[in-house]
Amino acid sequence: MNSLILKTTSRLILPAALIFSIYVLLRGHNEPGGGFIGGLIAAAGIAVFAIPRGRTALISMLRVWPKTLIGAGILLAIAAGVPSLLLAEPFLTQQWPFASLPIGTTLVFDVGVYLVVIGSVLTFLSYYLEN
Amino acid sequence: MFLLALTALAFLSAPVVGWMGCRSLPFVALLPLALFIGFATLLPEISSGSLLVESTAWIPSLGIDAAFRADGLSLTFALLITGIGTAVFLYASAYLRGAPRLGRFYTALTLFMASMLGAVLADNLMLMVVFWEMTSITSFLLIGYSPENQQARRSAQQGFLVTVAGGLAMLAGVIVLGSAAGTFSITEILERREEIAAHPAAPAIIVLLALGAFSKSAQAPLHSWLANAMVAPTPVSAFLHSATMVKLGVYLLARMDPVFSDQALWIALLAGFGSLTMMVGAVLAMRETDLKRVLAYSTIVSLGTLVMLIGLPGELAAVATITFLIVHALYKACLFMVAGIIDHETGTRDSSALSGMRHYMPVTAAAALLGGLSMAGLPPFIGFAAKELVYETGLETSASLVLVLAGLAANVVMVVVAAIVAIRCFAGDLSPTPKTPHDPGVAMLAGPVVLAVLGLLFGLMPWLVGNSLIVPAASAMAGTPVEYSLSLWHGFTPMLGLSVLTVALGMAVYLRWDTVRRRMAAIHQIDDWGPDRLYDRMMDGLQRFSTWQTELIQSGSLRSYVARTLFIIAFAALVTLLLRGGLEMPSFAASLGPDLVLAILLVVSALAVARARNFVSGIVAAGTVGFTVALLFLFNGAPDLAFTQFSVEALAIVIMLAIVGRMPFRERDSRVRDERLRDIFIAGGVGVTASLVLLAVLAQPFDGRLSDFFRQASVPEAHGSNLVNVILVDFRALDTLGEITVLGLAAVAAAAVLAGVRRATSEKRR
Repeated sequence: MNSLILKTTSRLILPAALIFSIYVLLRGHNEPGGGFIGGLIAAAGIAVFAIPRGRTALISMLRVWPKTLIGAGILLAIAAGVPSLLLAEPFLTQQWPFASLPIGTTLVFDVGVYLVVIGSVLTFLSYYLEN
Repeated sequence: MFLLALTALAFLSAPVVGWMGCRSLPFVALLPLALFIGFATLLPEISSGSLLVESTAWIPSLGIDAAFRADGLSLTFALLITGIGTAVFLYASAYLRGAPRLGRFYTALTLFMASMLGAVLADNLMLMVVFWEMTSITSFLLIGYSPENQQARRSAQQGFLVTVAGGLAMLAGVIVLGSAAGTFSITEILERREEIAAHPAAPAIIVLLALGAFSKSAQAPLHSWLANAMVAPTPVSAFLHSATMVKLGVYLLARMDPVFSDQALWIALLAGFGSLTMMVGAVLAMRETDLKRVLAYSTIVSLGTLVMLIGLPGELAAVATITFLIVHALYKACLFMVAGIIDHETGTRDSSALSGMRHYMPVTAAAALLGGLSMAGLPPFIGFAAKELVYETGLETSASLVLVLAGLAANVVMVVVAAIVAIRCFAGDLSPTPKTPHDPGVAMLAGPVVLAVLGLLFGLMPWLVGNSLIVPAASAMAGTPVEYSLSLWHGFTPMLGLSVLTVALGMAVYLRWDTVRRRMAAIHQIDDWGPDRLYDRMMDGLQRFSTWQTELIQSGSLRSYVARTLFIIAFAALVTLLLRGGLEMPSFAASLGPDLVLAILLVVSALAVARARNFVSGIVAAGTVGFTVALLFLFNGAPDLAFTQFSVEALAIVIMLAIVGRMPFRERDSRVRDERLRDIFIAGGVGVTASLVLLAVLAQPFDGRLSDFFRQASVPEAHGSNLVNVILVDFRALDTLGEITVLGLAAVAAAAVLAGVRRATSEKRR
């Protein structure tokens, strides 16, 4: 699918989709959004970028294999549960270390979800892309 | 924490032992030795009659704890496992020097030993089941050590299937027992044994537990896997199939004996199958020339003897069981290792081709002789005491002539097998062998020599093992403190007469063994109709059934899969709705303005999908349906869901178009008229059913308990006001973790399948 229009517009869509996806990811705990939706948006942006360019361009843009993103995401999500274990609470009891800042381990967990979603979509997609 | 620590040490050391093993270092034996010493420190405490119970919470909500229990019985087993384990690990480090995949082998062997320890020490039945199954898995890996050998694969699979099937029955028995007793704790179950024995579920528990134990301990007719498992390397045979794993079933029966020992069913099952196994093993042992298989069948005889002894009630039976158990482990491990040495040094283990080996291997010959004399039950070896006890139990507690005769036949076979292994190969004139043999090094000889000498030592000084191990273990098995003083000489008794008869008969058979064996081996009906062939027939039948149903269900066409799946879903849901009276209409009291518009949009886009003449327009039209549903969510107060739906739809269209770009999907619809009609029928059915289900759901009064809870708890407890996200990352975070793991695995699996498809197509093109 080698279309000049797609190639040109997708270069603009990619950063917009990534920034928007991060915005959606970060606002997710209080407003509609979150890791899953954010991951889908980012994956859609990357997919539009990669479809006219092929697999090699996708890997060199990501700098890692998409499968690595899946593993990293699952590890991050598990890591979000470790503090609760150290505090002798049930696994994945989310912690809010700062009294004033709205930052907790949920964010780490959500980033894990985000990465797994991106990695899964791109792992699947990368086998349909030409070299 | 002591027992937990020892078990954990065994598990955690597996990588280290694997690393040392792949370099063939004799230090691998340090782990079992350390564990042996650790358990030996418990001896004074346990032999004074006390009981060590440790419990750590594991899954308290299900009544499953990481609880361990050391009494005479479990300590005896732990000492056997680690003691013989030390000999086996040391032996293996020399026997398998230079063999492939050693790291994996030692890791599996260590894990196997650890699982055995866990199983015999567990105080919680569920914990025991877990360890029990781990022994099945690790022994599968060990029997299948040479996967390139077809026989090894079959034997590994057979052993695994038989023992795991039995293990499932045992799990069912454990669950019934747990619910009958109200606890999974063995200690509590033993304390309330009268109550449990009187429970109406007791017969079911007995049958299920016995099934598990019989499969693991190779009772007839489930015995054939044990002899086939002899394809495993000899150290494995010595460890798994003489000393430890096959005794796990015996352990379970002995553990439960105090609860059920007065039940007629228990006695009949154990004594019946035990004596049947003795006879079957005896017949089969008489047909073999392969040293390891001869020993394996004699193990089956011994296991039958043990099960029969457990079935007999009374304290004497308990003493006889434990004594015979220890004696058997000592001499059988010794003789297995001797058989391995013969195999290793001469290149053959065909007993009919070997003689005069004592000239080459004097030390091995001496060890074999000592072990064989103990096995044959001659004084002053401990085997003599064990045999006398077996006869005494048979004569005094059962008074059944059948059992005594079965015991006599079994012991005659023991004498013959001992003579074959210990005398036949070593006595007489030298026979030519594929390799020129000599005594192996210390690492291989230490185990058999020590075990053989222990058989003699315990015979001369029976109090060494009698008061410290046998009496506490027998007490645990009988459920009451047992008073018994183990001694070698009982005076001139009927048992002595039987012993003399046994040895005389055994020697008579042995002297005419070539003729006997040939006659027995000529009975080919045993091969044609035995359980081993039955197993093959069952496996063939399973294969044929699976081929038949695969061809029936999996046609390979995606379109027909989708059609069938949707048809079944629609049909099942519709029938359920009609039969259960689920047809309801909600009241449309509220204004329908925006909903009506969306409904029209939905219908129009659905029709557009149906009318689409190529895939691209079909995908876009289907996307419109998805976006309309997303709008529906948005207007009905689920912005998060709408958001997700939008993203998923967009992504799906992008990806599907990318796939269509690569795939030969551009041609027009190729379905014939009948197929189109069938698809319309299915699609209409799905649509009608889905609508009816949704209407019925809407007609139900809304239950707001959950949403009220989340609305109130989300900000104070999870610091977030987006309920969906709060549930995903906080209240049900573990579910989400599972879901993303599944998602990632599915993507990786799909990628692997796609890579395979691509490779296949590119090869076809070439």
